[in-house]
Amino acid sequence: MKPGTTSAACTALLRRDLALTWRRRGDALNPLLFAVIVVALFPFALGPDAQVLERIAAGTIFVAVLLAALLSLDSLFRSDLDDGSLEQLVLSPHPLSLLLACKIAIHWLTTALPLIVIAPLLAMLLHLPDRVLPVLLVALALATPLLSLIGAICVALTVALRRSGMLLTLLVLPLIVPVLIFGAGACNAAQAGLPYGAPLLWLGAWLVLALVLAPLATAAALKISLT
Amino acid sequence: MNPLLLWFHKLGSPPYFYRLAGRFLPWLYAIALISGVVGLYGGLVIAPADYQQGDSFRMIYVHVPCAWMSLFVYAFMAANSFVALVWRIKLSETLAMASAPIGAAFTFITLVSGSLWGKPMWGTWWTWDARLTSELVLLFLYLGVIGLYHAIEDTRQAARAAAFLALVGVVNLPIVHYSVVWWNTLHQGQTVSLMGQSKISSSMLWPLLTMAFATHVYFFASLLARARAALLALESGKDWVRGIAQARQANAHG
Amino acid sequence: MNADLHEKPPLLQARALAYARNEEPIFGPLDFSLAAGEVVLIEGDNGSGKTTLLKVLSGLLEPTSGEVLLNGVHLTLAKLSHQVALLGHLPGMKLELTTLQNLRFAVGLGGIRPGITPAIALASVGLAGYEDQPLRLLSAGQKKRVALARLLLVPAALWLLDEPYANLDREGIELVNRLLLTHAQRDGAALITSHGAYAYTSGTPRRIALRAQAAQQPASEVHA
Repeated sequence: MKPGTTSAACTALLRRDLALTWRRRGDALNPLLFAVIVVALFPFALGPDAQVLERIAAGTIFVAVLLAALLSLDSLFRSDLDDGSLEQLVLSPHPLSLLLACKIAIHWLTTALPLIVIAPLLAMLLHLPDRVLPVLLVALALATPLLSLIGAICVALTVALRRSGMLLTLLVLPLIVPVLIFGAGACNAAQAGLPYGAPLLWLGAWLVLALVLAPLATAAALKISLT
Repeated sequence: MNPLLLWFHKLGSPPYFYRLAGRFLPWLYAIALISGVVGLYGGLVIAPADYQQGDSFRMIYVHVPCAWMSLFVYAFMAANSFVALVWRIKLSETLAMASAPIGAAFTFITLVSGSLWGKPMWGTWWTWDARLTSELVLLFLYLGVIGLYHAIEDTRQAARAAAFLALVGVVNLPIVHYSVVWWNTLHQGQTVSLMGQSKISSSMLWPLLTMAFATHVYFFASLLARARAALLALESGKDWVRGIAQARQANAHG
Repeated sequence: MNADLHEKPPLLQARALAYARNEEPIFGPLDFSLAAGEVVLIEGDNGSGKTTLLKVLSGLLEPTSGEVLLNGVHLTLAKLSHQVALLGHLPGMKLELTTLQNLRFAVGLGGIRPGITPAIALASVGLAGYEDQPLRLLSAGQKKRVALARLLLVPAALWLLDEPYANLDREGIELVNRLLLTHAQRDGAALITSHGAYAYTSGTPRRIALRAQAAQQPASEVHA
């Protein structure tokens, strides 16, 4: 008797997680709402002066998006752990890292991609100059998968804990400092009329590294957590 | 098995390590205390005041050894974490987890002393200097490792999870450091270097090296003491621990 | 026993298998083997390590000492794990999805036995007509049946069932027994845990007794 192929397993997992997201589509709005609220709070604190807001726009949007993505990280393995699906994933004959990579990809698609889509709205709220917007979108497109990948390792380490919220934040935030520095740095450079290619390339290089290593690390961390 | 490997194998056994560490411990504390006193006396009394910074430069004798230690301890913790995860040696788990709070303490002292030094030098308690910022991130990494270790109930599983996090931090630490340096130069231009470009004179240097030596010895003394306590807790059901407890009790009554 | 049976290694073999958590022994050391066509009952009180034993045998937990051989090969090889199906306390299924969606996912993940479809499997656990029902609308016993349907689908020779009779009515218990019998006749094998309330009636199965380790008694194998 033969097991199914690995690609069949990945397809099945992708289809199941997409179906689940569709069933829980209300939850997908939460990070968006959170990001909009955080961004909307800044003008209240700093005053409506367009010049001030313009200066902090890129950094604020970056922080808001990262925090919103961080909030949704906990759900990455939570329900799978609670109903025993995670055990079945670990027991499947296919490479766990590949299956987890599929889960991370779906998680990014359903939580981070919508954030990138509403980024222009956030940019408009804070008067970000139009020419910086493409740089912001590219930087977010590179930075959010990085956050999902690095975050997945930390989630895997804390998944067995019942209340992991604050601890997860403590684990993830120091690790993603460079993401914030390069991502917001590229936007600020573009805004100041400086070349912004280098930080984006750094983000890209780091993303490639994380794409290879993070699923393996997540699988290893998950095995530690489940024993 | 060659003799060295055999010795490592023996060292990995908790009762042997407990006894050996107990024998070294008083000597290490004594050496740390003496070299610490000598180093501080040399640094605070004998060494001449700096021609630019005056007496405030003497902060160097606390700040710099602690900063070195914050990195050294992390490297030590990560090396032990690696051994613990790959070869599953219980002693390495214990050593890695015992070194984390010490490393966090050194990092914290580095931050506080840097801030105290910054006040007379830069006129502000905190500046987003590349090195201070990296230290702050390092402190968060330490706190993450400690937090994860204490959050998981099963001690050995907790140690393995925290060890894994420490290794993830190792991969990340250089990236954090270089990104912070890049970010810093982009925003502020070259940072004022605390050490200055000029070579440090030998009368200023030897107390610094003595202090570095003292902090290293202190670290190992403190590590052994913590590891001994942790091993007792971890192996509380074992015969050798019961033996120690009974001997203590007999001593207390006798 | 005839000669050619001896040449083939047993389906599952445990050698000096023991597991300890935080230095506290949970079970073992245990020695037993399981041949194709056998159903073995693991008996023991609460806390005697039955669930942990199944997790170790499935490869989910690594034993503290000893080894698990599957067809004579070390279980730690991940490639062998498709031969083992674990049915734990948790269903491993999504309440939001329909029974058919859940089973299709299980097939995608674990492969499929020739000559069966998810619909047929559902029908053979008595849930024909529930294909498009979300799992959360089913009763606890019906959910258990869906989990049993998963076992029928995946091509695993060894079933590890943790309390398969829990939540089931008399009819459900008979269903489990029927499934086990068919599985054994097809050269499959199964290990079942139960805390005393013994329900497997087909033939006279071998039993492995586990005792709570606090009593410091060695586990023994009892032949019924």
